[in-house]
Order: sequence, then structure tokens, then C-alpha cells
Amino acid sequence: MGRITLDKVAKSFGEVNVIPPLDLTIEDGEFVVFVGPSGCGKSTLLRLIAGLEDVSGGQIRIDKVDATHTPPAKRGLAMVFQSYALYPHMSVRKNIAFPMKMANVPQAEQDKRIDYAAKVLNLSDYLDRRPGQLSGGQRQRVAIGRAIVREPAAFLFDEPLSNLDAALRVNMRLEISELHNNLKTTMIYVTHDQVEAMTMADKIVVLQAGVIEQVGSPLELYQTPRNLFVAGFIGSPKMNFFKGADAAGHDAATIGVRPEHLTVSTTEGLWKGTVGVAEHLGSDTFLYVHPETADTVEDTITVRVDGEMALRHGDTVWLTPQDGKTHRFDGAGLRIG
Amino acid sequence: MARAVTTQRKIVATAAAWIIGLAIFFPILWTVLTSFKTEAQAIADPPVWFGFDWTLENYSVVQERSNYFRFLMNSVIIAVGSTVLGLLIAIPSAWSMAFVPGKRTKDVLMWMLSTKMLPAVGVLFPIVLIARFLDLYDTHILLIVVLMLMNLPIIIWMLYTYFKEIPVDILEAARMDGASLRSEIIYVLTPMALPGIASTMLLNIILAWNEAFWTLNLTTTKAAPLTAFIASYSSPEGLFYAKLSAASTMAIAPILIMGWFSQKQLVRGLTFGAVK
Amino acid sequence: MATQHSRAAARLMNAPAVFVLLVWMLIPLCMTIYFSFMDYRPLRGVADCCVGFENYERFVTSSSFLSSVGTTLLMVGGILAITVIGGVLLALLLDQPIWGQGIVRILVIAPFFVMPTVSALVWKNMFMNPVNGLFAYLWKFFGATPIDWLSELPLFSIIWIVSWQWLPFATLILLTAVQSLSSEQLEAAEMDGASALSRFYYIILPHLGRAITVVILIQTIFLLSIFAEIFVTTNGAFGTRTLTYLVYQRVLESQNIGLGSAGGILAVILANIVAIFLMRIVGKNLDN
Ligand SMILES: Nc1ncnc2c1ncn2[C@@H]1O[C@H](COP(=O)(O)OP(=O)(O)OP(=O)(O)O)[C@@H](O)[C@H]1O
Ligand SMILES: [Mg+2]
Repeated sequence: MGRITLDKVAKSFGEVNVIPPLDLTIEDGEFVVFVGPSGCGKSTLLRLIAGLEDVSGGQIRIDKVDATHTPPAKRGLAMVFQSYALYPHMSVRKNIAFPMKMANVPQAEQDKRIDYAAKVLNLSDYLDRRPGQLSGGQRQRVAIGRAIVREPAAFLFDEPLSNLDAALRVNMRLEISELHNNLKTTMIYVTHDQVEAMTMADKIVVLQAGVIEQVGSPLELYQTPRNLFVAGFIGSPKMNFFKGADAAGHDAATIGVRPEHLTVSTTEGLWKGTVGVAEHLGSDTFLYVHPETADTVEDTITVRVDGEMALRHGDTVWLTPQDGKTHRFDGAGLRIG
Repeated sequence: MARAVTTQRKIVATAAAWIIGLAIFFPILWTVLTSFKTEAQAIADPPVWFGFDWTLENYSVVQERSNYFRFLMNSVIIAVGSTVLGLLIAIPSAWSMAFVPGKRTKDVLMWMLSTKMLPAVGVLFPIVLIARFLDLYDTHILLIVVLMLMNLPIIIWMLYTYFKEIPVDILEAARMDGASLRSEIIYVLTPMALPGIASTMLLNIILAWNEAFWTLNLTTTKAAPLTAFIASYSSPEGLFYAKLSAASTMAIAPILIMGWFSQKQLVRGLTFGAVK
Repeated sequence: MATQHSRAAARLMNAPAVFVLLVWMLIPLCMTIYFSFMDYRPLRGVADCCVGFENYERFVTSSSFLSSVGTTLLMVGGILAITVIGGVLLALLLDQPIWGQGIVRILVIAPFFVMPTVSALVWKNMFMNPVNGLFAYLWKFFGATPIDWLSELPLFSIIWIVSWQWLPFATLILLTAVQSLSSEQLEAAEMDGASALSRFYYIILPHLGRAITVVILIQTIFLLSIFAEIFVTTNGAFGTRTLTYLVYQRVLESQNIGLGSAGGILAVILANIVAIFLMRIVGKNLDN
């Protein structure tokens, strides 16, 4: 079991109020991702759940039990750190065995769980090495192995993949998702990489300055962002925003159109502009268009077109939003409709 | 060095370094050599270098006259005892200041170091009084405690700088893994800081071994360590160079040998953890 | 990492150290302060309370006080100068590529291991003795009259002996610091046309600043309480009586506890002035 409830949880460091009171429920078996810009309090929130920091107010319940003042060792959670935090003086086997040693698990059971973790994580050949003799990806697996053997109520991950190179990151992402499918244990995962968030999460929690902007499934956030912040934060490349007359035409203060929801034509359309930079990714091409007529928030409009489309710097294009793909926001930045 | 160093330059540097190194070491070498001479050869004019009749007589005389081994035992007990006791108190203290720093941590650390600045003479008489009152004068316990207190600020300071280098993440990981504070310190922190702890230990054994103010003033016979043993040779009738040399050699040999064997840790420790 | 649990634990863990140091500092100090206001001479059976600041007055006005402060400053200053300058030069030399670096380093460190009583005795008798000392032979060899070092140049002799003991320490710290200087910086300066001397002055010396501070701090702590070297060699005679030694003599030799205690308190106050000054410097170093 691993249902975690945060009830008006708040945190301040001295004078600095990092997290104003917030409520959040994480269901048993869910894969929840915290995303948000750097410094928004993701790690802090995770560490509050872990018990590595005290809450300044509110209550944390793990499986209905009040754990607000329980020390981290007794919360039955496991954490995987960005720096892996392996014990450098212990072999991989000892590292993985450490939590069980602390819990006085019988030796036979320890061996069984280590074998299991090693098999799942492809670590069987490295059990006698020291962390210093492993690659980054292997270290990360050891850290996960150490978490698995505890059979925790929930796993906490704090940007576990940010020290890995791009290719390895994709691999580990899949492995963690697979692990979740197998174990079906609650996982809370902090990242500022929205691809990780979109691909792994059952539920995404978008944070800004310690405040929850929106909670929902990846698709919900993508299709119906609750406000300008979420609209701009989720989705890559970023949503284009228009104000002024363009927005007024939709009865809104601001409207947003995702780059993939703009139709490009060389002959006619709503907004006219010239192509600045064209990034060819192969399958897709991102065009950064300098508008002549549109009233945009940013200097350029980003457009995602098919990779085959032959447009280059200096070409004149017309852009038109696809039907029903325009997001409308009011003066306070909240979604309309 | 990216460039090849000219051989000539290397020769000059080597010669200079060796000459200076030998000059610095010379008093020790000369003492050891003299300890194997007869008294006559020890003050021969001109001095004899190696071509003398090597004898061990001085050593047996010194042992007979002053019972070297008793002093040696006292030195070992006091140096090791005060260091171990110091570590037991200092490790938790350094842990708390390195890993749970508060607003006043720096001040506390400074204050601790400043107690080291307290001139010992200022409190000599009260300490003697207290020692006599507690019936501890001239005992191992007294010296162990006093030398521990003398060196405690330095032990804490050194451990603090070593602990600071250990990432907090790892201790937090241990906590998440269900380790109690005790297990965290015993199984994670101490092994990781072992090189630093070893350096601290070695340096403090040396400091305690060589400490002369308290050892001379708080002992008479029973607990007197090698500093007192050697001081007894400073009186005029002790003016036999060969015997003085033998006694000196015996007093410094244990530490010198220990120092040379543990050079690497010691060099680290000698910098008091202050320079990386 | 700062939960109430860990903060409470931290306070508990720090308590023994704070407690013992507090006791160690306060109790004897209070006793000394108390004695300093008494006319207390146990050998004569005098123990009168309280004579006010009489002891302080007598201690400060006696001619030996000012001269002992002067001696202390000269001694500590001299030793610091010799070890820091010698240490920098030696560190630069040892940083050069040489054959047998490890062995040379062992030779250079050795004096640090020698207990002060031994080094004082060895220097006093086997080197500085005007009849049988090695220096005497050396002087005679060159046709000069041997010097009775400890009575003719007593302060210098003690500075010399203590410097010999502390030079290894200074050298080692400075060597560590020199080795951490990136060779790129020096090469860049060389490309800019800096001479060896200006490279030393503008790059190496500033880089050593922190290490030199540390050397001065730690050595001062130890040097202010030099005892054994004086005890064994001159016993405080011939102008080698430091403040520490003067107080020691008043307390233990003449058994004038009241006067000695007043001196002890003065020594504590003076040492604290030095300490505050030094702590400022370390405090700054702690930050980075
Ligand atoms: N121990 C602390 N004392 C004071 N302020 C802190 C402390 N820890 C974090 N903060 C502040 O709290 C805010 C949130 O920090 P947090 O580490 O949770 O951000 P984050 O969302 O994890 O950022 P990142 O993506 O960069 O890891 C930051 O502004 C940070 O400066
Ligand atoms: Mg973070």
C-alpha cells in the first residue's frame, strides 16, 4: 500500500516561504511526477514527504497514518537521489543489502531479494564491485536496487536521470516505467524534463513557486491546461500566445496555439510572416516565424511542420490555427471554456 | 609539466633539496650516531663520523638507570588514551556541526578553537589543586583527560573539515534506508571519513606524545611519560653525550618510526585539514 | 537536512564536547581570577583575601612584565618569520622535479616528530655547548672563538631551536598549497612575459595567502605557550623569559600564587586579544 495524502502542507526556511499550504493526494500504485521550473520547490516537497525536512504546517499521511513527525527511517519510503548517494566504501551487494541490514532482515531473505533486484536491474555481474567502478547508468541502477529491496510503500525519485547522457536517459526512463508496471508500487518522481513527465506519469503535478498550478494526466494537461503557466510549461516546443486584437476576436485576453496546431501555407492564411530559423530534425521541422500582422507575446511564432516541407530562411508564409485547437485565457490568465 | 625539464636544472634542484634536507635532518642523525659511541668518542675532537666502535652500552645503561620502558608505557597509554577519548567526544560533535549546521555553528567552532588559545600557565595552579583534591595527581587518568582537553579543539576542527567533504546526500540516503543515527555514524560516516580520522588520530598521538607542559607539571613518577624521562637528563650530571643521545633516541624513535610508516595520512593530518 | 529530530540529535551530540570544554575553560579560570585577588603564598602560610588589584598592579609595574611581553613578541615573531619565509622557499624548492623527492620530504618532516624536550636538550648540549658542541668545533675549525650560544645569544638560540621544529610544518602546508596552483596560470603569466620573480610575486605569493594564514594561526596557538624549550635550555635566564614562563615562575618556583594568578589572567587577556585578531582571519577563511 502507498497512499500519500498531503493536507495543508507548508514549508518555509526561516523567513522565506517556499511552499504555501497545499493539498495533494497520491493514490496507491500511482506514478506521479512533480514538474516545474528550477527552484519552484519540487525537491523540497519530495523531501517533506521523505521526512528529510520538517513541515512548517499541515499534515502528511501515509496510508491513513499520520506520519508528519515520523523520522525518515520509519516512514517505509525509499528514495533515489540525483547524485545516486551510493556508499562508496561498500560493494554493490553491500549497498543493496544495507537497508535490509538496518531492518534486521534474515540473511537468506536478504540474498533472495538481492538476487531478485540484481536480475531485474541487470546488475548480477557487478555485485562485487565498488560504486566507483561502475558507469553512471549502473550506479543509478544500484541506487534503484537499494530502494527496491526495502519493499517500500512508495519510491521517491529526485531527478534521478539528470546526471546521465541523453541516450542513457531514454533507456533508464523506459526501465523505470517498466519497473513501475511490474511492482505497481507508488512512485513520486521529480523532474524538470517535461518529456520524462509526459511519458512516465499517470498524474502530473505542475508546481510554480511552491503552488500547485494543475494536477492531471499528461493528456489532460496538454489538452486543457488550466492557466497560462501550465499551457506554456507543458508541451514542446512551447505554445504560442497572442494578445490584443487577435485575442479579442476570441473573447479572450490571451489565446494560445500549439506549434503543431498551426497550418502553414505559402499563399494564404490568417497571419503573415517570414521564416527566421528553420530547425530540421528529420521527422519534423520547427519554423521560427517573424510575424508581420499578428499581435504575439513573444517575438516569433513557433510552428511544427512535417520534415518534408521545404521551407527555408527568408520565405514568406501564412499561418492559420486549426479548428478547435485554440486555447483561450482571461485577463487573470485562467482558461476560458 | 608539459615541457621537458632540463637535466641540468634537475641536478641543481636535486642537489639543493638534498643538502637542505640533510641539514634539517642532521641533528637527529647526529644524535642517533652519538648514541652508539663511547662517551670519549662522543666528545672527540675532531668529531668522529662513522668510524667508531659501535656499542649498545649506552642503551642498557639508560634503561637501567631510568627504567625507560616504564616511561614508554606511560607515554603510549597517555597518547593513545587521550586520542581515543578525544575522538569519542569529537566525532559526534563534528558530525553535528558539519551536517546540521545552525546559525551559531561557526561561532561554536570558533569558540572551541579559542579555548586552545588559553595560556596553560593561567590555569596551571587550579588544575594542580583540583588534581590533588580529586587524588588524581600523577595518574594516567589525569593526563589522559587533560591532554584530551588540550587537543579536543584541534580534533574537532580537523574532523569537521574532513566531514564537510562528505556529501550530505549519502547520510540522508542512509537515513532513508532505515539507519538510526548510531548506524549512520558507525556504518556510513566513519568508514567514509576513515582516512581523515586516521590522519587526525596520528597527528594527535604526536601532539600528545610530545606535550611537555602538562606532562612535566602534573606528574612526578608513577605516570611520568617520556618527556619527563628526558627532562631528567637536563641536569648537569646528565652531561654524558652518548647517554643523552641514547635516551633521546629512545624517546623519539617510536613516534619517528610511526610517522614514517604512516607518512601519507600524516602529511594530510599535518595540514590540520586546513589546506587541500 | 534539518528536521527537528536531527537538530535535537545534533545538540545532544555536540553537548559532551561543549560541556567538557566549557568546564575546562571556566572552572580553572574562575579559580585563577579568585586567587589573583588574594595574597596567597602557601609556602609562607599566607592566604589573605582580598587584596583588590594589588597583585595586578605589582605584576604590571614590575620590570619583568614589560620585558617578558617584549620577549614573547620577539620570540613568536622571529619564529614565525623564519618558518614562513623558510617554508615558502623550501616549498618552492621541493615542488621542483627532483630525484628522491619522497626521501627528502621524510628528512624535512622529521623534526616535527621530535619532542620539544629532546630537541632542546640535543641542541643545547651537542650543538650549542661552547666546549663540546659541534658548533664550537666548527668555529675552531675556521679559527674563530666558539660562542657560548645560550648565554651570549640566548633568545636567538631558542628561536633557532623552535624554528627547526616548526619549519617542517610550515613547509608541508605551503608545499601542499604550491602544488594546488594550476600550472596553466603560471604558463599564462610566462606567455605574458612575466619574469620568474614577478611570477612569484604576482601569482604564487597571492595563491599562498590562505596557507600562510593557516600556518601563522596554528603556529601562534602553539608558540604562545612555548615552555619546554625554555625550561630545558635557559630556564628563563638571560632575557628569554616569556610571559608564559614568567607566570610559571611566579606560580611554581616562587609559589606566589596571587601574583602568578594575576599574571596568568593578564596572559589570558593578551592571548585573547591575539586570538580575536586571528579568529577574524580564520572566520573569513571558513566562508570560502
Ligand atoms: N535549506 C534551505 N534553506 C533555505 N532555502 C532553501 C533550502 N532548501 C531549498 N531552499 C529554497 O527553496 C526553494 C525551492 O528549492 P528546491 O530545491 O525545492 O527547488 P527545486 O524545484 O527542486 O529546483 P531544482 O529543479 O533546481 O532542483 C529554492 O528557492 C531554494 O533556494
Ligand atoms: Mg531539486
